[in-house]
Amino acid sequence: MARAVVSLPATVKRGEIVEIKTLVQHAMETGFRRTQLGIAIPRDIIRLFVCTYNGEEIFRAEFHPAIAANPLLTFTTVATESGSIAFTWTGDKGFSLTESARITVE
Amino acid sequence: MTTRRDFLVAAGSLAGGIGVASAAGSAHATPAAMEEAIRKAIGDAPVRKGRVKLDVPPLIDNGNSVALSVAVDSPMTPSDYVKAIHVFSERNPLPNVLSVHLGPRSGRARIATRVRLADTQTVLAIAQLSDGSCWSDSAHVVVTLSACLEEGLI
Repeated sequence: MARAVVSLPATVKRGEIVEIKTLVQHAMETGFRRTQLGIAIPRDIIRLFVCTYNGEEIFRAEFHPAIAANPLLTFTTVATESGSIAFTWTGDKGFSLTESARITVE
Repeated sequence: MTTRRDFLVAAGSLAGGIGVASAAGSAHATPAAMEEAIRKAIGDAPVRKGRVKLDVPPLIDNGNSVALSVAVDSPMTPSDYVKAIHVFSERNPLPNVLSVHLGPRSGRARIATRVRLADTQTVLAIAQLSDGSCWSDSAHVVVTLSACLEEGLI
C-alpha cells in the first residue's frame, strides 16, 4: 500500500502563508522503458493531485511521466480558518490515495 | 566457447538494445513538439520573458531526480494572480513535465518538485496570469546520466 507524507504547521496565524510539502510513494513508471528482452513496460504514473481546504479546491497539479519517482510537491496557501486540508492523488491502474491534515488558525 | 547461458544473455541484451534504440529514435520530443504542447496548454497567447524564476541546477549528475522550483512575481490578490504554471522539456520523450493550477488563496506563486530529465536540454516554465498574459523563464541544463530510457530490471 502506497504511503503519503504531508508536512505543514499545525498552528498558524490568520492570513499567514503556509507552506505545504507533500511526498507520496509511487514508482512513476514512465512507459518508455523496456525490459532486457525488449518488452515495453506499461505506463503507471500518478496523473492528478488535488488539495482541498475545508472542501474547497485550492491547488491542483497534473503530473506527466517526467515527474520523478515518489513525487514531491511543495506549494503554499493562505491560512483562512481552522479545519482540515485534504490531499488526493489519482493515477493509472486505479491508483487513488487520500491523506488529510488538521490546521488550527488563531 | 559460447555457452547456452552466454548466448541467451547476449541475445537478451541485443533485443533490449534494439528496443531502446528504436524508442530513442522516435521518443524524443523536439522543439516543435514542445511548441505544440505549449499551444495546447495556453492557447494562442503571446509569451513574454520575465516575472518567472525557474530554478534548476545547471549541471545534473543523475537525470532521474532533479530538484526544480518555479516562482512567479505576482501579488496573488483576487484581481491579479497566477492561474497556472506549466513546465516543459525540449528533449524528454514527452514535452509536458508538470502543470499546476493556483489561485488567490495560494498566497504566493511558488512551487517545487523533482523531475526527470532525459538529456542535455532547455527547460521552460510558463506562468499564465489572471489577466491572460503569459510569462516565461528558461534554463539550460547539462545532464550526464539520463532518465526515462534505461532498461528496466524486470
